[in-house]
Formats: sequence, structure tokens, C-alpha cells
Amino acid sequence: MRPQGRAPTESLYFTYPHFDAPEGAARERLAADTRVAIVGAGPVGMVAALTLAREGVASVLLDNKATFNDGSRAICVSRSSFAILESLGAVAPFLDKALGWTMGRSFFRGTQILEFEMSDPASEKYRPMYNLQQQYIEQYLWDAVAREPLIETRWQSEVTGITDHPDAVELTVTDPQATYAFRADWVLACDGARSPIRRMKGLRLKGENYEGRYVIADIRSGHDYPTIRRALFDPACRPGGTVLVHKQPDDIWRIDYQLADDEDEAEALQEANVRASVAAVLADLGETGPWDLEWWSVYSANTLLLDEYRHGRTFFVGDSAHIVPIFGVRGLNNGLADGQNIGWKLGHVLTGRAGEDLLDSYSPERRGATLDVFANASKSARFMTPPTRGWTLMRDAALSLALDHPFAGGLANPRQMTPFTYAESPAVLPDDPAFTGGAGVGSALPDARVDGGFLSDRLGAGYTLICFDERLAEGVRSLPDAPDVVCLAPDSEAATVLAAGPQAAYLVRPDRHVAARWTTASAEAVRDALARVTFQSLPDNAAAGTVEA
Amino acid sequence: MTAAEVETVYEALALGIDAAGGESELFLAKVALLLAREIGDPERAVALIESAGRHLGDRAAA
Ligand SMILES: Cc1cc2nc3c(=O)[nH]c(=O)nc-3n(C[C@H](O)[C@H](O)[C@H](O)COP(=O)(O)OP(=O)(O)OC[C@H]3O[C@@H](n4cnc5c(N)ncnc54)[C@H](O)[C@@H]3O)c2cc1C
Repeated sequence: MRPQGRAPTESLYFTYPHFDAPEGAARERLAADTRVAIVGAGPVGMVAALTLAREGVASVLLDNKATFNDGSRAICVSRSSFAILESLGAVAPFLDKALGWTMGRSFFRGTQILEFEMSDPASEKYRPMYNLQQQYIEQYLWDAVAREPLIETRWQSEVTGITDHPDAVELTVTDPQATYAFRADWVLACDGARSPIRRMKGLRLKGENYEGRYVIADIRSGHDYPTIRRALFDPACRPGGTVLVHKQPDDIWRIDYQLADDEDEAEALQEANVRASVAAVLADLGETGPWDLEWWSVYSANTLLLDEYRHGRTFFVGDSAHIVPIFGVRGLNNGLADGQNIGWKLGHVLTGRAGEDLLDSYSPERRGATLDVFANASKSARFMTPPTRGWTLMRDAALSLALDHPFAGGLANPRQMTPFTYAESPAVLPDDPAFTGGAGVGSALPDARVDGGFLSDRLGAGYTLICFDERLAEGVRSLPDAPDVVCLAPDSEAATVLAAGPQAAYLVRPDRHVAARWTTASAEAVRDALARVTFQSLPDNAAAGTVEA
Repeated sequence: MTAAEVETVYEALALGIDAAGGESELFLAKVALLLAREIGDPERAVALIESAGRHLGDRAAA
């Protein structure tokens, strides 16, 4: 919502573009078959399309709007999302604009009781978190999509029907000029929390609705404070409630404040009430300067997801598959990881580099990640918006104790986003138990400094083997369909971070998760592992390896 | 702890509750967390918490 007199998308600092529906010659191919159709050009749909393009796979990207999503929405972008953006060749404008941060401060009844630092070792290329308004996120992704010849975007094009056929999916689309249908081999439903595709397929999200609604309000203000997440518990401006304050680029401040149980939502969302609530928060922060109201909305804490993200030839990706609470900022980051996950898997299958069974690993991997988000977020939600008197009392006890006893402050840890470990996935191998430390199978590869750059800069677009022995590297490079190979010194920082001896090796997936690792690797073991995790049978002459079905 | 030592703690709690006034519940919650941390044995702490939950309704009858 925006102040009276301003249209939706009439922002104080951002010019929303206007996109036309397909016109002229572009209309001639509207009904043509396509390999992949992506419904929804939100951040997740765009990441999926860009990931597929990087795999060399063309897609049609449809969105019913004529511009980006309105409002700053998801503003916290995690280190793991920056790695995704980098892999898509899109990270530069994000780095220019976003505000990196590492620190949070918690206040209880006006007194600072806790300061936490997120892990930010020098071996990591990116900061643990960046603040950036969602419309910039969409703008920068769109700039990359618009440059990409393999993506055909159709704005103002609403998918109004979906029909399954044995080897294709038929989509019906309505745009300002016509209604037409076309067939896609695969459909990615990136159509957001209200997903019309989900509804048309008769599917429902399942889970819980939590207590606690937040008004999220953006203001423009010269407020002077570093990029540090502030959480105000039981502040004077909102007794019994919780307030979160985040800095965004362009002098925009995000103020999230909890509504009390007896507060009427419609009333709270009226402009005058939002202004009064924001003014009270600013007074608590000691800010007396002028400010403008930019945009506001309301958000409640839900943990909802689909039982299965794959339905035949349709995959649910991002908010269409799950709705997560805002605490810990996982809504968007989790969705971007979904988009990348299905993107590289489908890309590998469609370019003959993996068997179709790889696609069945999407749902368990990404559902697992969402359930992990839920487990963390429900703990955070209980702390941020305690549902009962007991939870409130213990929360307050922890906050009050934290002033003198640091251990109690640990209970206030906001449990920010960390990438999920796919240890149980069919698309990774069992771990080598001989390792002590390093990055376990299924986990996201940590970064390390290499010759003035980073390990992540060396990784290929497909699977990469990281090893520390030149003979092994040569052996793997000479395999048919060899993965990229990065051979580093046995005393490199990477070897330390990965707890790797000279004979050790890590096989890393296109999404930088560990597919397999060995304390003592061989070229044959690498070849067999690659065949297994890509669901391909070994060539006939590769008799030495044993491959279980 | 000897009976006399238990009594010292008993007195400190009673005085603390009175001193906390309207915040006595918060005070007791803090005490419980602190003492539990001192015990250093989460299972024991949870068992004691359960034990404290018994017979709460008996007071009126007594
Ligand atoms: C008001 C609001 C505030 C939010 N605040 C936060 C926050 O503070 N923190 C946080 O982490 N997250 C927040 N979120 C959530 C965050 O914005 C989402 O997680 C993120 O946008 C998900 O991206 P997505 O691409 O999956 O879906 P969306 O961004 O919703 O994109 C879906 C796209 O599909 C299009 N579409 C829908 N139906 C069709 C159709 N039939 N045909 C064609 N196109 C269609 C839509 O127009 C839209 O562009 C907020 C969301 C909202 C709505």
C-alpha cells in the first residue's frame, strides 16, 4: 500500500518499468511448442530461466503483470543467494547497490542486551547478508534475462489453464490481444504464494499458521545508523510487541512492527495509523528528523508447503511450493535456491548430461530445505512473537538475563539462513566416514582464498572435481565426459577448509553442493560417482566400476 | 546441602519474590534458567521442572 494520492508502484525512489505484451512478429510463435515454460517472472522464475539458459536450454517465461512486484518485500539476500547470482553472471549490480551486513543488536525495554555477529571469515567471498529492496532484485535479474537470447519473456500474459498430456503439458494463456494455447515438455510453476497453477491442479499447501502479524513499513529518512539489524523487544512504542528495523539503500528504512492480538488488521493498515506507529518507533530510536512514508504491507507467519513439489511434468518452485515466516529471511533466499536447483537439474537432463531420474531429487532436496527452514523459523517465531504467556515469560526471562549472562542471549539468536545439507538426497553419495571436518556430502561448499581470488571462481558450470594431487587431476581430466578439475596445493587454504589430505578430493555439483568426497580418491571412483549422481549408466568399456541400480 | 543451607536458599527466594513485586514471575523464570544452567545436566533440569509442576492445584485444598 502507498500513501493517499500515490498510485501503486509510484515510489519515492524507484521507477517501475512498463512492459508490453508480445506484439508484431513475436506473436507468430506464441503457439509454438517449447521445451520449458516458466510461469511467473518473479525473482524465482527469473533465476530458474537464467539457470536453464546457463545450461544451454531455452525457455518461455510468462508473467501476468506489466511490471515488477510492488514494494520492497523481501529485502535480505543471503551469501548463498549471492553465490547463485554470481553463477548466473548477474552479481555485479547487486554488489554495487546492496548493503552488506554482519551484525544484529537486540534491545529489551529500551536497553541493548545483545549484539551478535554472523560468521564472516576472510575465506568467504561474500558477506553473510545484504539488504536490497526486492524491486532492485527483480530489476537486476531482469537486466540479465533481457540480455539472454535463450529466454523469451511474455509480459501481460496470464496462464489461465493447464492440461497434462502423456508427454507434454498444454498451457492456455490470455494476453491483451488473444487467448492461445501451447505445449511445453516441462512447466515450472513460479507463480507465487497464491499460485493459480497449484489451484488449477487441485493442490493445497499444508501446515500451520502462527500467531503474530507484522506490519512492514518503508520510510525515507536521513536516520543515521549503520547497517545493523535491530530487534526491539517490548519497546515503549509497542509494549509487549516486537519491532525490527533494517537499513536499505537509498535512505530507505524498513520498520516491521508486530500487531497485538486485539488489534484489527484493516484498521492498523490505515495510513494515519501506520504513520502514528512509525512515528512512535522513530521516537524510541531517538530519531527526530523529517521522514516520508514510502510503502507498507502486512505479513503473518505461516509454515505451509506442498507434500510434493513435482507433479508429473510440472514443478512447483519458490512461494508456489512453500510459504515461510519472515524471521530469518528465508522466503526469497529459499526460493532462489529452488529455482537454481530445478534449473540445473532440468538443464542437465535436457542436454543429455544426466538421466531423467535426477529430476526426482528436486522435491526431496528442496522440501527438506523448507522443513529445515520451518524448524528454525518456528523457534524464531516463538521468540519474536511468543504465542502464550509461558513463552512470553521465558522469552522475557532470557532477554532480561542476557544483560548479565551472555549464555541467555544465545536464545535470542535469530538463526539466519544457512544453506541446507542434502545428506539424504538420491543425488549425492554416502559420505566418506574417514573425514574429520571439512564440508560433508550434501552441504554447500565453503569458499577459500586461492591466489588472490577465491575457490568459487575456479568452479566450472557443471560438476567440478577439487583435488590436491596432479596425477589424480590428470587421470580425471582424461576420462570421457570429464568434469572440470581444479587442482590446488596440498597446503592451500582450501585444503584446510575442506580438511583434505593430499589424496583427498571433492566432487562438487553445479549448485556448489558436495556430491561426493574421498579421503583417498581415484579417477575410477570419480567416474563411477559422477555416473551415479547424474543417474547415467557407465559406458560399456568401464567394467572396473561397480554401479548399483 | 544441609537443612540450614536449603533454608538459606528458601529465604533468598522468598525475599527475592517480594522484592520483585509485580515482576515476581519474571524473577522466578530467570532464577530457574540460571540454576538450570548451573546444574549443567539438561535431563536432570527437565525432570526437576516436571517435578515442580506436580501438585500445583493442591494448595487450595491444603
Ligand atoms: C507484501 C509482501 C511482503 C513481503 N515481505 C517479505 C519480507 O519482508 N521478507 C521476505 O523474506 N519475504 C517477503 N515476502 C515474500 C517474498 O516477496 C517472496 O518470497 C518472493 O517474492 C517469492 O518469489 P516468487 O518468485 O516465488 O514469487 P512472486 O515474487 O510472487 O512471483 C510470482 C509471479 O508470478 C506471477 N503470476 C502469478 N500468477 C500468474 C499466472 N497465472 N500467469 C502468469 N504469471 C502469474 C505474478 O504476477 C508474479 O510476478 C513478501 C511478500 C509480499 C507479497
